[in-house]
Amino acid sequence: MGPILAVEGLKAYYQMRYFGTLREVRAVDDITLEIQRDEIYGLAGESSSGKSTLIKTIARAIRPPLNVVDGAVRFDFAGQGPRDIYTLSAPELAATRWRHLSYIMQGSMNVLNPVRRIRHSFVDFAFRHMSLPMPAFLRRVEEHLGHLSLRPDVLESFPHELSGGMRQRVTIALATVCRPDFIIADEPTTALDVVVQKGVLEMIRRLQREMGSSVLFVTHDMAVHANLTDRLGIMYAGRLVEEAPTRALFRQPLHPYTAHLIRSLPRIGDDTPRHGLEGRPPNLASPPPGCRFHPRCPLAMEVCQQTTPVMQELAPGHRVACHAAAQGILP
Amino acid sequence: MWKILRDLLRYNWEFTAGVILLAGVTIVALLSFVSPYPPLDVYVVAPDLPPSMEHWLGTTSRGQDVFWQLSVAIRNTLAFGIVVALISRVIALAVGLFAGYAGGPVDRLLMSVNDTFIVVPIFPILVLFYFVMRDQMSWGLLALVAACLGWAYDARLIRSIALSLKTREFTAQSAFSGMNAGEIVTREHLPYVMPVVFTTTMNNMNWSIGLEVTLSVLGFTDVNTPTIGGMIYWANQHAALVSGIWWWIAAPVALVIAVFVALFLLAVSMNEYIDPRSRLARMGGG
Amino acid sequence: MTVPLLELRSVGKTYAGGGLFSRRRVAAVKQVSFTLAAETPEVFAIIGESGSGKSSLARMVLGMSTASEGQVLFRGQDLAASRGRSARLDFMRQVQPIFQNPFEAFNPLTRVDRYLYATARNLTGAKNQSEAEAAADQALQQVGLSLTELRGRFPHELSGGQLQRAAIARALIPGPSLLVADEPVSMIDASLRMTIVNLFRELRDRLQVSILYITHDLATAYTISDRIVIMRQGEVVESGDARAVLAHPQHPYSIQLKNSVLSVEGAWNDDDDALAHGTTRSTEGTRP
Ligand SMILES: Nc1ncnc2c1ncn2[C@@H]1O[C@H](COP(=O)(O)OP(=O)(O)OP(=O)(O)O)[C@@H](O)[C@H]1O
Ligand SMILES: Nc1ncnc2c1ncn2[C@@H]1O[C@H](COP(=O)(O)OP(=O)(O)OP(=O)(O)O)[C@@H](O)[C@H]1O
Ligand code: SF4
Ligand SMILES: [Mg+2]
Ligand SMILES: [Mg+2]
Repeated sequence: MGPILAVEGLKAYYQMRYFGTLREVRAVDDITLEIQRDEIYGLAGESSSGKSTLIKTIARAIRPPLNVVDGAVRFDFAGQGPRDIYTLSAPELAATRWRHLSYIMQGSMNVLNPVRRIRHSFVDFAFRHMSLPMPAFLRRVEEHLGHLSLRPDVLESFPHELSGGMRQRVTIALATVCRPDFIIADEPTTALDVVVQKGVLEMIRRLQREMGSSVLFVTHDMAVHANLTDRLGIMYAGRLVEEAPTRALFRQPLHPYTAHLIRSLPRIGDDTPRHGLEGRPPNLASPPPGCRFHPRCPLAMEVCQQTTPVMQELAPGHRVACHAAAQGILP
Repeated sequence: MWKILRDLLRYNWEFTAGVILLAGVTIVALLSFVSPYPPLDVYVVAPDLPPSMEHWLGTTSRGQDVFWQLSVAIRNTLAFGIVVALISRVIALAVGLFAGYAGGPVDRLLMSVNDTFIVVPIFPILVLFYFVMRDQMSWGLLALVAACLGWAYDARLIRSIALSLKTREFTAQSAFSGMNAGEIVTREHLPYVMPVVFTTTMNNMNWSIGLEVTLSVLGFTDVNTPTIGGMIYWANQHAALVSGIWWWIAAPVALVIAVFVALFLLAVSMNEYIDPRSRLARMGGG
Repeated sequence: MTVPLLELRSVGKTYAGGGLFSRRRVAAVKQVSFTLAAETPEVFAIIGESGSGKSSLARMVLGMSTASEGQVLFRGQDLAASRGRSARLDFMRQVQPIFQNPFEAFNPLTRVDRYLYATARNLTGAKNQSEAEAAADQALQQVGLSLTELRGRFPHELSGGQLQRAAIARALIPGPSLLVADEPVSMIDASLRMTIVNLFRELRDRLQVSILYITHDLATAYTISDRIVIMRQGEVVESGDARAVLAHPQHPYSIQLKNSVLSVEGAWNDDDDALAHGTTRSTEGTRP
């Protein structure tokens, strides 16, 4: 069987028309990647580099002004052969969601309906897909909430009565209770304390192991990536700039941006000052020519300002888009 | 806003049907401005004529052309519905939003007033009103009274939305930007309740038109202003059905039913659009 | 000794809540006391369990809810006793919030820049639009944004990081002396996180702003805070100098907290604390 997800040359732009002129924010620009079965793929990158946009496009949760301009997103659930998610009909898509593909979106603690108790959200969305009688279903939900260190009585609460972290865990529970084949999670643990976060990550990992499912996991927390993911992709300004098995990436990052990202992590007990990246994030409506990182890159060369570096596999499974790396210059 | 309307027109047959029906009714109402006969005069045409090329819907026993009479009547009836809906929306919004935002004792006070209005029996009050006012009972006064009786249920609905908006972070953000309660309520919260206001407008118009028709048919209003109910009242006075002048009754009944159906369809289709559950659907809900 | 900037005296908060049938009461905050001095601005960190009452505490300090027990005093004034709009505006010139979730912090139906103008007009006495814009732009520059990037944009058109910086900029406009930041960097990348956290420290030194910094990120708390309290189930379990507490925690929960911090180095050390990474499978190389 091939990969469960293959993204090919994907371009997704926010296209807005102001007084007749088109303004394009190229938030996902020519991204190609594959995710295997039984794999946790991590995605990291700068804020506003297009991670959420990529994820939305993959989950086909886009709405204008975001449009897919080019490329394909092929899912292959249960080895039925790859199908482009954008060619599915509405009923086919609905049948896929929750059972095969579930999507925890960024800021997901706010998707819960404010005037309905949590229990209703579970009944509305998960009940149909589980073919269980109601009492057994509720028991399953309660048990599942337990894995996320939530007490059963959150089911009777309204969203505003829960803390941010509790709501976030409720949406994680909602997205995982049907045990889908492919879980897309956009910053699902940002509001959790480290103890609970560890529990949640263990739950995701266990679920993934038991089911042999795949997870696409976005977070800013590089330590989470190091501990959870099998492979890691790094995005900068709408492009994938580096991709490698997680351990190899941390051991020897090849892209200067990745190297900076790893170096900027503060640690308890380490007092050396850390600094953010100099300069401002590129404007995706008119990104710099050539390598989009060149205005901020310590290794920038002449060629970087003109030619866009392409992804090259420099070590087994280790792809990077950088002129310096291609010449063997390490950041 | 326009995009939403366009999408609704394209994908939602209830909405399209409602709009078409309502447009038809509105055209009939607008024609009243070019009516060849003064609407209040009687015996301007030969009485009791059945529908023909000259008089499309026939004439009444009072010597009025049914079509042109109908066109003035539906204009007045629609206007009544709109005026009642507008006034009662303003009251419902003011009470609902402020009760929800202020919370605490203000909320409790407003809601107890509100609950009183929900439980009082409206119809007997209006009839009583008619007997007290008698000749002073004008169209406008009736609209005002109906509006004062028709806001309470919707105010409660709006309040429940305002209550949940109050717990959201952006409300605090606005408060810490130094906005006062009025600004927060009108600029931050109002847009969220507008969809509800639209649907309840439709329902409220249906309710008030029904109320007006019932009261007029029974003669408890100023029957000299031509309205749909008033037309049926006069037809009954002349025993139109018994004497076979069926068109005098059938035309206003058909038209008012068209209005009911149109408003109902609009309310239903909008309801579907604003259902908060659709928000979870973005997460991939079915 | 002068009047402290902020003083909490055995503050408690109880919610009546839970389900329809179990009318239980949730004691979200119990007996919390601490003091921030007025003359030495500091970054005061609150960390702890999810649901331990950190946000409830922040809401009481901001005067958005009143304490069920005890007192919250700002410059010696009991927040529960100060009333009226002008008192409230005065308070807001000195205390500003930064919220947990940048996606919720701005109304999705209004433009982001409007909040900045409103703040400038209502709290700094900017008289016209151009003065308000100047104040907004100045504040935005301090957080690495500019008004040209933000003008006319709706929240959904900005990324989480941009929104959070805009929220911080808005809070800075009136020149407050206390910022209450509830998980301000949880949605921001590691590099930008350091920029913002360093910005907090700079604000403390340059503008003499004290910062109540609520976070789950122990590493940034360690890097920038002066003092820290650790909360669990509504109670403070440990408090003191941030570096000392985080380097050598005493309370069992604090120790558990510190041990649960995931680190890059720990990921492959095969110790029992990491997420059982290398034990079940090799992560080296691509898989077929
Ligand atoms: N609806 C929209 N209209 C216009 N531009 C948008 C819209 N949504 C996002 N953008 C822009 O697209 C770019 C990518 O945003 P995206 O949310 O994908 O970033 P991200 O990598 O997820 O960032 P973060 O880590 O901060 O969440 C940003 O520059 C943002 O301003
Ligand atoms: N309005 C409310 N009604 C009832 N209970 C509430 C309310 N707000 C908070 N709670 C409860 O109070 C407790 C503390 O919540 P709080 O939001 O202060 O936690 P927190 O420490 O900020 O958590 P997190 O780190 O997840 O944001 C929780 O158990 C929560 O369920
Ligand atoms: S291509 Fe050039 S500018 Fe871009 S990251 Fe590599 S060295 Fe830096
Ligand atoms: Mg994002
Ligand atoms: Mg909180």
